[in-house]
Amino acid sequence: MSQAFKSLERARRWRVWEFVFWPLALASPWLLSGHALIINEIAIVALFAVSLDLVLGYAGIVSLGHAAFFGMGAYSAALFAKLVMPDPLVGMIFAILVSTLLGAVCSLTIMRGTDLTRLMVTLGVALILMELANKLDWLTGGADGLQGVIMGPLLGRFEFDLYGQTAAWYSLTVLLLFFLLSRRLVHSPFGATLTALRDNRLRSVAIGIPVTSRLVVIYTVAAGVAGAAGALLAQTTSFASIDVFELHRSADLMLLLVIGGTGWLYGGVTGAVVFKLMQDWIAAITPQYWTFWIGLFLVVLVLVGRDRLLRPWTWLQRGRP
Amino acid sequence: MQKRIFISAAALALLAMSATATLAQDKFKIGLILPMTGPQATTGRQIEAAARLYMAQHGDMVGGKKVELIVKDDTSAPDATKRLAQELVVNEKVNVLAGFGITPSALATAPIATQSKTPQVVMAAATSSITLASPYIVRTSFTIPQAAVSVADWAAAKGGMKKVVTLVSDYGPGIDAEKYFKERFALNGGQVVDALRVPMRNPDFAPFLQKVRDIKPDALFVFVPSGAGAAVMKQFLERGMDKAGIKLIGTGDITDDDQLNDMGDGAIGVMTAHHYSTYHQSAANKKFVDAFQKANKGLRPNFMAVGGYDGMRVIYEALKVTKGQGGGDALLAAMKGQIFESPRGPMFIDAQTRDVVHNMYLRKVEKKQGQLWNVEFDVLKDVKDPGKAK
Amino acid sequence: MLTILFDGVAYGMLLFILAVGLSVTMGLMNFINLAHGAFAMVGGYTTILLMQRLDLPFLFCLPLAFALPALLGALLEVTLYRPMYKKPHLEQVLFSIGLTFMAVAAMDYFMGSTQQIIQLPDWLKGRTEVGQGAWTLGMGHYRLFIILICAALTIGLQYILSSTRFGSRLRASVDDQRVAAGLGINVNLVFLSTFAVGSGLAGLGGALGTEVLGLDPTFPLKFMIYFLIVVAVGGTSSITGPLLAALLLGIADVAGKYYIPKFGAFIVYFLMIVILMWRPQGLFVRKGSSR
Repeated sequence: MSQAFKSLERARRWRVWEFVFWPLALASPWLLSGHALIINEIAIVALFAVSLDLVLGYAGIVSLGHAAFFGMGAYSAALFAKLVMPDPLVGMIFAILVSTLLGAVCSLTIMRGTDLTRLMVTLGVALILMELANKLDWLTGGADGLQGVIMGPLLGRFEFDLYGQTAAWYSLTVLLLFFLLSRRLVHSPFGATLTALRDNRLRSVAIGIPVTSRLVVIYTVAAGVAGAAGALLAQTTSFASIDVFELHRSADLMLLLVIGGTGWLYGGVTGAVVFKLMQDWIAAITPQYWTFWIGLFLVVLVLVGRDRLLRPWTWLQRGRP
Repeated sequence: MQKRIFISAAALALLAMSATATLAQDKFKIGLILPMTGPQATTGRQIEAAARLYMAQHGDMVGGKKVELIVKDDTSAPDATKRLAQELVVNEKVNVLAGFGITPSALATAPIATQSKTPQVVMAAATSSITLASPYIVRTSFTIPQAAVSVADWAAAKGGMKKVVTLVSDYGPGIDAEKYFKERFALNGGQVVDALRVPMRNPDFAPFLQKVRDIKPDALFVFVPSGAGAAVMKQFLERGMDKAGIKLIGTGDITDDDQLNDMGDGAIGVMTAHHYSTYHQSAANKKFVDAFQKANKGLRPNFMAVGGYDGMRVIYEALKVTKGQGGGDALLAAMKGQIFESPRGPMFIDAQTRDVVHNMYLRKVEKKQGQLWNVEFDVLKDVKDPGKAK
Repeated sequence: MLTILFDGVAYGMLLFILAVGLSVTMGLMNFINLAHGAFAMVGGYTTILLMQRLDLPFLFCLPLAFALPALLGALLEVTLYRPMYKKPHLEQVLFSIGLTFMAVAAMDYFMGSTQQIIQLPDWLKGRTEVGQGAWTLGMGHYRLFIILICAALTIGLQYILSSTRFGSRLRASVDDQRVAAGLGINVNLVFLSTFAVGSGLAGLGGALGTEVLGLDPTFPLKFMIYFLIVVAVGGTSSITGPLLAALLLGIADVAGKYYIPKFGAFIVYFLMIVILMWRPQGLFVRKGSSR
């Protein structure tokens, strides 16, 4: 019994490098001040990826429509700032509430079916929301996007400026907050039941884990986190367009999460960093054909295997993949 | 454990590598943000080719400064456009932002232009309200209302059409086209019997065209983004609508020179209004088309290319005047009010609205020398954007 | 109204031909191949190139539009896909999306990003009208052609599946791979040929669809959603499932856009969600199959 307990404890403990990573990350907008913008973008995508990891990595729900909650958060925050109050923090809370609600409603759709079913249903929801956003253009600005969003200063003092430093810090802080929350969640007994669910649903039911309620809870929570990421995007760019619901957002997200690795929350973060930087770098070199190189990278990554890729000395070895 | 450290190290190394210190002294940088991939990729290609052509023809030393063109792909995603614009302004310290393939991209960038006092030259996007989004926006493309209104005027007066159905793509420019056409057509005594909107990601126009056929109007007015014109044309013919006596009219986007030659003889006789046809008979245009085709393996320049070409002209001339002094405000002032001969014909940048004023040509598709061209048969001179001329 | 039905059926048949290969490979190899659309694109571009550069007649190009993607599929199956069968689904998705990106960009590089327009032979252009008034049935000749070809293919496929030795081997491998191998069925060969035929059919669909759906380098990404809908709703364990799903999808899409144009786009997604929630395994699942 204590053996099992010890292993759970070990998984939960903070590693040394984590204490190096986070302070560095939080300082990066200041250390790399010319790159605050891309740091902001990476932080937002990382948060989005963490939310997907909660459902995909820890609960085993394949979702190709996670952008639905991201987009909902983005539009809620943007509309809140435009119509009610420009304070970012209050807007963030509102956006999280709205997307959590949406998540609770949508969790009904992912209960049954195979992986493919869930992929399609989640995708369908995201696409329906996109069409709605397009149709209700009196509210959302339609395909042109929501104009006229002016964000108030953060905490009453820090303006969102052109250099993006405030934005980057804001996003990084929110990322850290939700990361800590998620960490707590997945390393708790609740989290353990989720992993059990993912690994073998039949057995989980047999030992009495309430599958449906677990799925609803985690899906709802993940929706809220994704909504926070969306709100960050809308608030730091003062803009929301229907592109937030697009298939490529959900698809890219899944890609980078798989690149980084599912099931350990840092997968989302590292995947975001690697994917975004690579994309930016390659697109700067070849603005027209960068998708080719990304595709090649993905194919090679999967064929060679992520672990082997990072250990070049094993490339020419035969044997265990 | 090692894996994770390696990943983080690699990530930081990549970041460090991409931190290029910009020592821009005697450089004049143009940040060209275009959709180079994705559904609007042809727009990006045409504009980039035209911009590079202009630079090749006029050299890269202007007003004592070396002109540098930085091309970025925004994949038609407006928040990507915004971030790229921000990065170009903050990191690369560009002097001008240019390009903008679709309306949301232009609108998203407007606040950046205003905040950083950087002129924004819109070379492709065509919604009327764009120039209102920032005092630093100058447009060299065209506006949809200009084209829609020209079609409406002609259709009612000289085309003899009384009942028309409109079919537009369901997004900003499409709705704009529908609105302005309807107003002007009604003003001229015509009647728009039905206004259909087609979803943007529509693979099949069949049901909508079938509906039009059932209504049997005198003509069908169409606006779809460039690229989808061929699909509409084909469906139109397949349904035998031309045989049922329904004429096809629209803005020049449906007979985009890029694709026109491949549309087949069914396109002959289609009447459109637009600001540029590759077949435009003028010395300036001939020079432009020949040079463009030579540099781009026989690719025909279309109205997107001419928007890019003229945009570069506006930037170059403004730089000649300011000689790089005075920053964005001086550059903007030198852009306003420029009058010149473009491959499209005479045009000028209205000093008040910063929008483009040019001739609108009525054209018909005809076959000349074995190829299909938009042949101009009538012209409306110096058309201002109706969206602002109220 | 009949015309709309006719158009819907034509559209649905086209989708079926495009998606049937995907359905069978998913059912057979349990491999989510999102690069399926790329084979369709290859078929479309093959036809365009043959017609434009070599002036080959349209009908002649169709078998080639089948053959080339089939060969390509066979090649890729042996070299790239085979090691992927054992990998988890997510990695397969990643892999196939990577392949798709590469195909899209490569096609863009070689052919440019403009929409390709196909010139049909004269006997395929044109239209026949039967009946009158509200019961007019207007049949575009090309759509009629599509329906006939796809119907023939469906009957052929069904025949192969149910009445030939290969078909029974295929069905056995789908039901239980290990037992089938144990019985002496060369499962690798079954996989190879099925994948090749599926890709070939996609190529044929791409060629046929160029006229109706358009063709440009982003084709695989644009239409992937529709293929997936057909496969998800139709199930992966039969041919008739995807057929009926495709027809349903085609008719719903066309009719929806005609009768309720404001919500035309929603109809398909909404219908899909409702069906999948009602029958998560797809509309038509064979009893006793392990999936």
